[in-house]
Amino acid sequence: MQVHRFEKVWLGAAILLIVGFIATIAYGSVGVGVGMVDDSGGQISAEEVQNGNTDTPFDDPGVVKTGDDKYTVYVVARQFQFVPGSGDNPIQVPAGANVTFRVTSADVVHGFSVVETNINTMVIPGQVSEVSARFNEPGTYGLICHEYCGAAHHTMGGSVEVVPPEEYDMQQENIDQSADDAQAQEEADQ
Amino acid sequence: MVFVDSYPKTSKLVRSEFLVAFVALGIGALFGVVQALHRTGVFRGFVSSADYYTILTGHGVLLALVFTTFFIAGLFTWAVANSLERELPQRIAWSAFWIMLTGTVLAAVSIIGGLVGAPSILGHDLKADVLFTFYAPMKAHPAFYIGAALIIVGSWVAGLAYFKSLWEWRSENPDERIPLQTFMVLTTMLMWYVSTIGVAVEVVAFLIPWSLGLIQNVDPLLTRTLFWYFGHPVVYFWLMPAYLVWYTILPKLAGGRLFSDPLARVVFVAFLLLSTPVGFHHQYTDPGIPSGYKFIAMTNTMFLLLPSLLTAFTVVASVEHGARQRGAKGYLSWLRNLPWGKPAFAGCMLAGLMFAAGGFSGMINAGMNINYLIHNTIWVPGHFHLTVGTAFALTAMAISYWLVPQITGKKLRQRSIATLQPYVWFVGMAVMSNAMHRAGLAGIPRRTAEPTYDEFAFEGVAGTVGEMRIQIAIGGFLLFVGAAMFLIVMADTLLARRGGTLSVNSNIPEPLSGADHSPRILDNYKLWTAIALLLIVIAYGPPLASMVADGLFAPGSPPIPV
Repeated sequence: MQVHRFEKVWLGAAILLIVGFIATIAYGSVGVGVGMVDDSGGQISAEEVQNGNTDTPFDDPGVVKTGDDKYTVYVVARQFQFVPGSGDNPIQVPAGANVTFRVTSADVVHGFSVVETNINTMVIPGQVSEVSARFNEPGTYGLICHEYCGAAHHTMGGSVEVVPPEEYDMQQENIDQSADDAQAQEEADQ
Repeated sequence: MVFVDSYPKTSKLVRSEFLVAFVALGIGALFGVVQALHRTGVFRGFVSSADYYTILTGHGVLLALVFTTFFIAGLFTWAVANSLERELPQRIAWSAFWIMLTGTVLAAVSIIGGLVGAPSILGHDLKADVLFTFYAPMKAHPAFYIGAALIIVGSWVAGLAYFKSLWEWRSENPDERIPLQTFMVLTTMLMWYVSTIGVAVEVVAFLIPWSLGLIQNVDPLLTRTLFWYFGHPVVYFWLMPAYLVWYTILPKLAGGRLFSDPLARVVFVAFLLLSTPVGFHHQYTDPGIPSGYKFIAMTNTMFLLLPSLLTAFTVVASVEHGARQRGAKGYLSWLRNLPWGKPAFAGCMLAGLMFAAGGFSGMINAGMNINYLIHNTIWVPGHFHLTVGTAFALTAMAISYWLVPQITGKKLRQRSIATLQPYVWFVGMAVMSNAMHRAGLAGIPRRTAEPTYDEFAFEGVAGTVGEMRIQIAIGGFLLFVGAAMFLIVMADTLLARRGGTLSVNSNIPEPLSGADHSPRILDNYKLWTAIALLLIVIAYGPPLASMVADGLFAPGSPPIPV
């Protein structure tokens, strides 16, 4: 088969480009450590998520401290809100901590994307999406459902509030304190 | 001899297929401009934000499924008849047409039902606001799934007509090489048969019985995986017909001939081999799929760049040869010696140029980890409006200016509108698509009626959000104008009386380097199909096996009406 000289050069350059792309992506995974969303989150029954009887933290989703500077955020996506995340219930995490999001759906396919970050995953009924991240900069980050999930899909947003670590610890103490107070009050009422 | 006089029966078939394609293009384009104005907030008076998704479903299905499939059927019908020099087997080809048309009507009616209050038909609400991807467990009316399945089945039957023509031709020409156009058509159809298995299983085995209530649950991850098994190769089903035009007709329009027949065959075989085992690159951010399979899909995807990069070389070289035949000199000044005032040529060239831009944004999408930044943002429709929305659609419109006169015997009317039309499309797409790409970088999502949220506001990365909105609205409007201009030219031409002599014909000049220079093994369809299937088994076998290991319908989801 006859291949023109210019075409051979072009072919060589094209293959070089392709191999270069694959190499940079492999470096991004292995060298920089940009992990892929995979099957590490495991499976779950969407029906039980809907009914709140999974016997996992998804029954009462929120932020759980799992170690020094380690937090796991359980989020349930449902038509048309994130719990926690949407409205006046933002996800609150401290800056600089290792945060693992575990997200699942109570109904249809949703998306979970923290705007302008690498946190971007599909949320599929029956599966748990697991994404690890660290927010270095305090501030409010936008959270959106980026997969069409029904007639009010465009209202399904939220926010992640990243607070300085000291402030975060104080807030948590206050919350714990007020929870204790409420419990004491309840007990006193009885 | 004009094509319509040589092959009157086949010409009627092509006309019918184009007619359906053009009607779908008109409605789809109207839906497109409604969306562009709605989501940018420029004008929201056409539909409510809830009905936006009905319009969006209609836009996707009518343009990406109906317009494409019918236009391709027409183009392939012409290409096979033209290169094998015979009428297509009429009974098979017309059955294909009617099956596809029935499917189109079923799908279209179930989508439109959503705009008229979703009346209950046969015990199910007549609506299908599930978008082009119809991810379970969102449920559409069963007629939608049945319609989609019939469109696919019809395209299979159409393929049978092309193969039957080849077999007839082969019995008369036992030693000849398969003519290039027919080779391209059949390679595309083989790729199509292999890749549509996924969506056929998804729809027939799971979604139709589930939407009818015959089975309770489906596994959302399994069904979307089957969808994407089909969902990437389908883009090559759109692209390969455009390549057929760029390889075999465009050089002639430029005044030259194809550079290399063997390389053209190599490119099409590469698409047959690599188009399908790449679907997981649409699921990079899906849970439940081990990252190793995503990596395999990524490397296959990157190698799919190769046939397109080779095409860029061959097409540009062929066009340059054409320009030099017309007396051009110099390294770049030959570009001036090309027929930019002829809409068929200009449209194909502008489509190819935009495809180069779309190819580069596609490389970003294919980059497994950089994809996190733009997955499901409006960057993605920005990308595919350059590929299917221009590389395919503008090529289809451009070549219609050349082909419709030949299948009707009527001269092209409204030439001044036709001459301007590809440029209007190009400018509209440049304005809309650049803004969509940049808005995607800012994190603005696709598939939404109102991309504004109570909890936060987007900030532009390059340019402001307000400026991008205006560009998307203006670009979308120009594209609608471009589609309308095309349809005016077509309507006027189709309704005109026949008269005068045509200035175009279907003779395709011999390539500079002909089929004799290419190894015969390239025409061995059995071998290539077997290798294609083997690659699919490697890429899809283990992950699909693990998805169904816990039961075909588990973890299951019952239907959720939209």
